[in-house]
Amino acid sequence: MAEAVDAAVRADYGRIVATLIRTTGDVDRAQDAVQEAVVRAMSAWERDGVPREPRAWLTVAARRCAIDAVRREAVRGDKQRQAVRAMETEPMIPDESTVRDDLLRLVFTCCHPTLNLDAQVALSLRTLCGLSTAEVARVLLLPEATVAKRLTRAKQKIATARIPYRVPSDAELPGRLRGVLATVYLMYTEGYAASSGDAVVRDALVDEALRLAALLHDLMPDEPSATGLLALLLLQDARRSTRTGPDGAALTLADQDRARWDRTAIDRGMDLVADALRRTPGRADAYVAQAAIAACHAMAPSYVDTDWDAVIAWYDVLLTVTRSPAARLGRAGAVAERDGPVAGLAAVDAVDGLEGHAWWHASRAELLVRLDRRDEARVALDRARAAGLPEAAVSRLEQRLSG
Amino acid sequence: MPQYAAIIYSPDLDWSQPEQAETTAKYAAFGESVASIIRGGAALYPTATATTVRVTDGEVVTSDGPYAETKEVLSGFYLFECTDLDEAVAVAARIPGAAMGAVEVRPVIPMM
Repeated sequence: MAEAVDAAVRADYGRIVATLIRTTGDVDRAQDAVQEAVVRAMSAWERDGVPREPRAWLTVAARRCAIDAVRREAVRGDKQRQAVRAMETEPMIPDESTVRDDLLRLVFTCCHPTLNLDAQVALSLRTLCGLSTAEVARVLLLPEATVAKRLTRAKQKIATARIPYRVPSDAELPGRLRGVLATVYLMYTEGYAASSGDAVVRDALVDEALRLAALLHDLMPDEPSATGLLALLLLQDARRSTRTGPDGAALTLADQDRARWDRTAIDRGMDLVADALRRTPGRADAYVAQAAIAACHAMAPSYVDTDWDAVIAWYDVLLTVTRSPAARLGRAGAVAERDGPVAGLAAVDAVDGLEGHAWWHASRAELLVRLDRRDEARVALDRARAAGLPEAAVSRLEQRLSG
Repeated sequence: MPQYAAIIYSPDLDWSQPEQAETTAKYAAFGESVASIIRGGAALYPTATATTVRVTDGEVVTSDGPYAETKEVLSGFYLFECTDLDEAVAVAARIPGAAMGAVEVRPVIPMM
């Protein structure tokens, strides 16, 4: 029975709590009420069986708990009495569009730009993904006390500084949506970049980022950036199981076993890229362009058969909206694959301002090895190491250099 | 008569909490004793509730937390009544100082 309750709560926690926050006006009270409803579900479902609509059951139960809690406080004052009246006059089970609006409001509150990124990530995991504070701590590799403090502070700021529960106006929406998507993307890349901790922990954060991206796309199906982000994550994540070799070392695109890429995720990602591109004929979007690059790789039967012209063209689109080092270096890398190491090295050297970046030096080292300029490659590799290149990449380059 | 702003620096505590009753009582007594010359004032929530607003090249950038640098100095303040933090940030961003330095926005503890 615990599993049935768990499954229902995991799937719908964000929706249930979002509705409760609107009716109670308070994150803590909403979460307490949902928690109490979950406890009631354990025994009630054991006795009567799992209800046909678990989410509706939990929503109703949580509202009863919230009303009871406010009633207990109602002796204290007018404000609480008003709250009870407001909750009692609401329909017990809100319709689907109300639930969506509630959830959307909660998304924009959790990722409000006046909350720092750490707070946004912790709040999103706790309220939108429904993880407990202990689970959030495990996923973020942080002590539970740190996460608890972070959550308390964020909720205090939402309440006392009056961060509003509302969907931004049309004029504000693009900027605010960018912030929400950036938070989810950061969770995803954090999950992948995690070089410490066991693989399960890392996977959990990646999984939650994927769930959130799917939720955002579901809530805003007409926003190409949200579609682009989900497509990008699906296409990148399709390679998850092939990104490390049997010895645990990271494998690059060239060395991954493409037969083991997740075709279901790739197909879904490809459909989403196509949909997002139809919606952005006139303007470039960073997530859609990155998803298109990931799609080029997903479609290629082998590394050497990659359509590098298409990859470079998409990098050019991406570079019209961002000048990020990763994008500039990515384009130079694609040039090296299409036109050979001489052209590639020229392209990498033309990317200025990255002297402090480990991957810039690593790219140079790689291309210098290919050109058999070993002394220069050695210097580049030393600089890459000094700039903090991950050990796995260092040893791979060392092997190439001595091989 | 000239007017003076008395700007209070003290520990970063939540003065709305019952544990601070002793201090708030002292403030109440002080306020009463000089009521005839007080033209305004407010107690602020702790810096955990602060938002710092800057305008760079016309773009509004908010950050979580108080103003934390020492290059600029406190040069004035407004007391706004707004529906929520979004409105307060939008108005704060229009203060010329937001483009020259920063504006810290902090909620005021309502007086009972």
